[in-house]
Amino acid sequence: MSKMLEIENLKARIAGNEILTGLNLVVSTGEVHAIMGPNGSGKSTLAQVIAGHADYDVTEGSVKFDGNDLLELEPEERAREGIFLGFQYPVEIPGVNNAYLLKAAVNAKRKHVGMDEIDAFEFLKLAREKMALLDMDQSFLNRGVNEGFSGGEKKRNEILQMAMLEPKLAILDETDSGLDIDALKAVANGVNALRHADRAIVLVTHYQRLLDYIEPDFVHVLSKGQIVRSGDKSLALELEEKGYEWVREVANA
Amino acid sequence: MSTQQKELESLVNRRYEHGFVTDIEQESLPPGLDEDVIRAISARKNEPEFMLEWRLKAYRHWLTIKEPEWAHVHHHPINYQDISYFSAPKSDKDRPQSLDEVDPKLLETYDKLGIPLHERARLAGVAVDAVFDSVSVATTFKDKLSEAGVIFCPFSEAVVEHPALLQKYLGTVVPHRDNFFAALNSAVFSDGSFVYIPKGVRCPMELSTYFRINAANTGQFERTLIIADEGSHVSYLEGCTAPMRDENQLHAAVVELVALEDAEIKYSTVQNWYPGDEDGKGGIYNFVTKRGDCRGANSKISWTQVETGSAITWKYPSCILRGENSVGEFYSVAVTNNLQQADTGTKMIHIGRNSSSTIVSKGISAGHAQQSYRGLVRVMPQAEGARNHTQCDSLLIGKECGAHTFPYMEVRNSGAKVEHEATTSRISENQLFYCRQRGISEEDAVNMIVNGFCKEVFKELPMEFAVEAQALLNVSLEGAVG
Repeated sequence: MSKMLEIENLKARIAGNEILTGLNLVVSTGEVHAIMGPNGSGKSTLAQVIAGHADYDVTEGSVKFDGNDLLELEPEERAREGIFLGFQYPVEIPGVNNAYLLKAAVNAKRKHVGMDEIDAFEFLKLAREKMALLDMDQSFLNRGVNEGFSGGEKKRNEILQMAMLEPKLAILDETDSGLDIDALKAVANGVNALRHADRAIVLVTHYQRLLDYIEPDFVHVLSKGQIVRSGDKSLALELEEKGYEWVREVANA
Repeated sequence: MSTQQKELESLVNRRYEHGFVTDIEQESLPPGLDEDVIRAISARKNEPEFMLEWRLKAYRHWLTIKEPEWAHVHHHPINYQDISYFSAPKSDKDRPQSLDEVDPKLLETYDKLGIPLHERARLAGVAVDAVFDSVSVATTFKDKLSEAGVIFCPFSEAVVEHPALLQKYLGTVVPHRDNFFAALNSAVFSDGSFVYIPKGVRCPMELSTYFRINAANTGQFERTLIIADEGSHVSYLEGCTAPMRDENQLHAAVVELVALEDAEIKYSTVQNWYPGDEDGKGGIYNFVTKRGDCRGANSKISWTQVETGSAITWKYPSCILRGENSVGEFYSVAVTNNLQQADTGTKMIHIGRNSSSTIVSKGISAGHAQQSYRGLVRVMPQAEGARNHTQCDSLLIGKECGAHTFPYMEVRNSGAKVEHEATTSRISENQLFYCRQRGISEEDAVNMIVNGFCKEVFKELPMEFAVEAQALLNVSLEGAVG
């Protein structure tokens, strides 16, 4: 087990408002971390900052990925290095074929590591395999990217992309929100299939429910832009029981 | 946010790759226009008397009319006396009979453009009538075409070799009185292509012409006439690029298509003339009149265009749907970047019973560009059962550009069905970020989104042209602003 992601005293703001106020977190290979916290605590901001969204300014602190400065890299470089963000609100890109985006993404990564482009047959075979795992209909491939997808379909599509890209570090931002129980199980299946000693997964979630299906090694509670408590999965249950009000009290104490 | 904006802008502002000038000696007329110049052009081309008379008639009419001002474009006034109305490569006298005899410099030019003529011809089975500075220098596959009875030759050759056909059809679709630029073209046209497909013949290959403008301060006045006789079929490809120049270059072409009963003409254009620099300096003025006449019953004319170049584009490929059950189609992708201006669209004139037309227009604006779709659907009283469907979509890249739509509908038959759909969208930063998070560069993401937007039009292009068009779009629009 080695350190993959090291976040130190991270401060970040958007439109002048400081959201992350000195966050520390270390994620090592093979681990699954859950980050929980009330609305506005900075969960999504953390995910966006790691992915490199330009709207967020990092004012202090450092983020290292495999020992290298992550904040120096462009979003696409971070992705090619193996960071995947499952979006809370995946955007629609009308007219762009889902398969086309997937293939372009797979090839961008392959190119980065010096591999040849994937051939059409190999790609299709792989995609079908992963889609079966996620209980997705084949027709997904030929639809516009997230175009007219239901909330559940969008989230499954995120997991499909993750499964195809096989990232080192997957950050799933509220992947469980808006999912019915079947979709939740399918998504959890996809994520669990990806658990691996060389890989780390960070689940950003509001509810404990997802953790019934994807068991985390660590649970962190975020409040006002900092991690105020860390523990094992029992912390999630405690949180569920006592509510976020309890976290605020802890944070203020 | 603002640094992001700047980066995106720098991507959009990529320089034109095809800007270079081939050093071939020009034999040009001095600038200026009067009847003597027209006589000189006609004499150099050994034209018969009727052609000279026709030119003079057009010229005299042109003198009486004014340049139109209704288009949504702005430019400095054009001084028509500053333009040289004829230029030709010196090798004109002994024209090459095959590609081997073509000036190597010319071939080099094509190579720079990524159009290896010989290879293209061999691989794609396309006959190429290459127009270089007003005079055709390479014609291939002539034998195969003449076997089928197809005439495909430079316009100037048709004037001499096929005067009867020419006299019968020339100016019957776009009369010399049609508009200011058509009148000018009729007076001074240099060369172009002539195509005749005999009755019942399906043209054995796609016909292709590559145009280039290469002489400083020389107006380019192409004239193309395509006649598809009863039951025939032809697909014609036109593509062009231009070298970098400081002076604005006027281009006023005329294209006339005639489809007789049961005939079909498919006319595809990829246009990539020099659009000018970031300040709009030096680009081509492209004022073109393109019109097809579905003269016979069940005839069909289909225009497909991909317009990425020129400083100013003023172009409305149109169909006159005279024949019963005739079909007109217009598929267009127009891209404007930097200070480019385009006022483009189509006219569908329904005269025949049950005539139908389809218009799919995709406009993409970036930088400070302004783009207008201007379309007219006119249904005449006798056009019982006429149908039109118009779809007009605009995609904006960045915050400084504009898209405008001017749809005109004149329906004088109460049974006609006319539909118009329009959308405007913008490439958002969120879309770009999403793609980048998947490892796709911003450039590739924009290309992907733009190509997705244009899909419906690209699928109408012949295969090899579609690939070229896609590449062209990528060059024209590397990057985008959300």
